[in-house]
Amino acid sequence: MTAAELSVGSLKGRRIKDNLVAYSFILPNFLGFAVFTLGPILFAVYLAFTQWNGSGPITFVGLKNFRDLASDSLFLIALKNTLVYCAAVVPLTVISSLFLAVMLNQKIFARNFFRTVNFFPYVASLVAVAVVWNMLFNPAKGPVNQLLSLLGVPDDRLPRWAADRNWALFTVILFSVWKNTGYYMIIYLAGLQGISQQLYEAATLDGAGRRQQFTYITLPQLRPTTFFVVVMLTIQSFKVYDQIYMITQAGPGTATLVLVYHIYNTAFVDWNLGYASAVAMVLFLLVLAVTLVQFRGEKKYANE
Amino acid sequence: MSDISKSSRSGNTVWRSFIYIVLILSALFTLIPFAWMLSSSLKLDKDVFRFPIEWIPKHPRWSNYKEIWRTIPLGRFIFNTAKLTVIVTFLQMLTSSFAAYAFSKLNFRFKNALFLCYISTIAMPWQVYMVPQFIMMRSFHLNNTHLAIICLQAFSAFGVFLMRQFYQSIPDELCEAARIDGMSEYRIWGKIMLPLSKPALSTLLIFSFVGTWNDFLGPMIYLTKTELKTIQIGLRMFITQYSSDYGLIMAASVVVLIPVLIVFLSLQKFFVEGIASTGLKG
Repeated sequence: MTAAELSVGSLKGRRIKDNLVAYSFILPNFLGFAVFTLGPILFAVYLAFTQWNGSGPITFVGLKNFRDLASDSLFLIALKNTLVYCAAVVPLTVISSLFLAVMLNQKIFARNFFRTVNFFPYVASLVAVAVVWNMLFNPAKGPVNQLLSLLGVPDDRLPRWAADRNWALFTVILFSVWKNTGYYMIIYLAGLQGISQQLYEAATLDGAGRRQQFTYITLPQLRPTTFFVVVMLTIQSFKVYDQIYMITQAGPGTATLVLVYHIYNTAFVDWNLGYASAVAMVLFLLVLAVTLVQFRGEKKYANE
Repeated sequence: MSDISKSSRSGNTVWRSFIYIVLILSALFTLIPFAWMLSSSLKLDKDVFRFPIEWIPKHPRWSNYKEIWRTIPLGRFIFNTAKLTVIVTFLQMLTSSFAAYAFSKLNFRFKNALFLCYISTIAMPWQVYMVPQFIMMRSFHLNNTHLAIICLQAFSAFGVFLMRQFYQSIPDELCEAARIDGMSEYRIWGKIMLPLSKPALSTLLIFSFVGTWNDFLGPMIYLTKTELKTIQIGLRMFITQYSSDYGLIMAASVVVLIPVLIVFLSLQKFFVEGIASTGLKG
């Protein structure tokens, strides 16, 4: 064996060893990830084309589940409510969190206190704050309506909040914005801290006022952050469940029925697993579509 | 010249007052539900809805806080939740930072394909595959065990992504130098990368802790036995059973909030820094 051959051999051996070391780093996480995430995802795709009650035989039915969706009035209501919820929660949360972040990025007294306070609803236990919310907005005796009544709203005009078909979704939306604003505020704060101070100094020299600086420096510089926030919020809104379960139980009637609620009921109440997976695929396609559209918009803007 | 600076100074005062007014209003809006919760937890049921609100009860009923431990197995619920949260958070930090090291600092076959696998599932809501996941767990006889919740939560693609983003910002030369010194990859990870990744680790810790502690749908699907329940579904069960014991419900809610508050306050310094440095802001 010549020296050159020897070194090629040991090089190969080293490469194999390097690969093995790398795989040993990934393996603990990947095993769990493959078994408990990747596997179920593939299974979910397959189930969407079948009929199954969870114990009997699995029957392949092709596109039947998806055809049935079009005439399933509950699904259509859930889809509509989810879209309305998303269309309200995303802009309201973006505006309130951006606004708070800009305020809290100034050098002001007790800045950390305000940051902490605004972030707290996000970490607070959902069950605990949802029950408080329900009591505050109790139509008959809650403090909110008592206050409105004190302000002169006649009793028969007082909103019945979660108990009213027309107000229920709004009550949940308000709650979600209250709960999640703090988290996105922190993300915006991180984004704001990445903007070069020189840009503002140059703008001040050019005589740009506060509003102009906001429109021409802050907003454009925050574009990547806003993109991230909007994508995250949209995904979160599409998969909303907990808030609905705790505040309205999808009611009154079907006024706050959303997609995940429909999936849960179809799967774990009716044990119609194939159909539930078909609804889940619609949820996934929605999330995917919105993310792709936003990615394209972002790319297009970045190239300009 | 002096005129200009004077007018901008008074403009500043107006602007500052505006900021403070907005901030105080938003803080009130955020805090009032908590204040109301705290104050109601010290009241008799019949006084909870009395209007105008008596913020500081004249005769605080501390006994509410004693009674909740007797009416529901709150201690059991808290123990279950704490156990799950600690295990999940530990596993997630360990396995994520371990895998992220390979994705960021090592070269190996199928690296990009594997990473793509992870990335493509981040946007996939858990709710999409919760049904087949449940069926699978049931076939492993894992329903009604805590192991199910651990398996469900401990191996997130998100954690790997977050840690990898952070490791990308650490120069490769650091690892190269250590390799030349003869350090093994495991030691580089443990002695160099881990100590450097405090902000990212604390961000992951907060996410993972809050996520597991507050998880609702997961435990609701998997844990139906009372003695296995976590604090969220336990509290929910209590609320449904004793729907008019407002004082007690509020006292239990306050107790549930305290652990998260402690973790959050002790780590919040790292949090903004962590999000900024992991590139999570987009």
